[in-house]
Amino acid sequence: MILHLTILLLYQLGGEVAARVLGLPLPGPVIGMAALFISFVLFPKLAELIQPTTKVLLAHLSLLFVPAGVGVVGHLDKLSAHGPALAVAIVGSTVLTILAGVGTFLLVGRLVGARDE
Amino acid sequence: MNDVTQIWSYLAQDPLLWLTLTLVSYVIGDAAFRAAGRRPLVNPVLIAVALLAIMLRVTETEYATYFEGAQFIHFILGPATVALAVPLYANLGRIRATAVPMLAALVAGSVTAIASSVLIAGWMGVDRAMLLSIAPKSATAPVALGVSEAMGGAPTLTAVMVILTGITGAIVATPLLNLLRIRDYRARGFALGVASHGIGTARAFQVNETAGAFAGVGMGLNAVLTALIAPLLAPWLIGLVSGLN
Repeated sequence: MILHLTILLLYQLGGEVAARVLGLPLPGPVIGMAALFISFVLFPKLAELIQPTTKVLLAHLSLLFVPAGVGVVGHLDKLSAHGPALAVAIVGSTVLTILAGVGTFLLVGRLVGARDE
Repeated sequence: MNDVTQIWSYLAQDPLLWLTLTLVSYVIGDAAFRAAGRRPLVNPVLIAVALLAIMLRVTETEYATYFEGAQFIHFILGPATVALAVPLYANLGRIRATAVPMLAALVAGSVTAIASSVLIAGWMGVDRAMLLSIAPKSATAPVALGVSEAMGGAPTLTAVMVILTGITGAIVATPLLNLLRIRDYRARGFALGVASHGIGTARAFQVNETAGAFAGVGMGLNAVLTALIAPLLAPWLIGLVSGLN
């Protein structure tokens, strides 16, 4: 457990450093995720090793967004006069994005004949 | 009576109180989600946030005080994002098999997210600074905030849009896609990750691991693509909308 967390934090730290040194427009954890993924390809045993801990972390991923969510409530008044317009834009845009993503995935999948294994 | 006040004033300044209450609120939200037959409308994040917002209002607690306790949970977001590499790797074969449709869906979803939010809000009379703040809303928070700031938007406002977009996607995806009878959980998860970043990915993991893994890929790829195209697309779209108004 401690070893697993250490590995995750090391990759996150590496990601943060890489983002700053290379001036990448990506958050450190996303770079860390990509680096860990590459490490799994090179050393498949590593994935098996840390899986017990990552399972627990990912099972409650929703919880981790609660503090940021609470922060948002305090800023809702900043939307003020534009509240309804922004609400329509967010709901409308999210629905359209999901539809565009799913539609394109299925359509192109059919065109290139990508089947599920 | 005096004792109660004293205990409260001690606890109110201690990280333990709000850390515990954050977990308690989430446990309540999660219990409600399960009791409602895991219906997406009963979103555990939304319930926990609402409960905590009420508690903060009633006790007149500042967000900064709250965050001293909640930061321990917030912090785990970093390692949890890194941990997404595990389901990604576990689904490597299936992800590789769908690389082409996935990249096409990424471009379609990412462009739609930016264009539709700017165009809809713009048509409804929202000003330029707010449009720049809403444009990167589908990307994961740190990317969206950075992009917004670089374009001249307001990062605080972007944070609000990002979270609301995440919760919206988590709530609407299942009923919307069930209505359309789409059963491919690779497509469903991926589109939700692109549209609603980490909160959508968390929701996808509630559905099944396939959806979760594909959502994680969608989130990661859209973070990259939004960072690249939002600064090019958003100002152009805003010019387009203001020309029409």
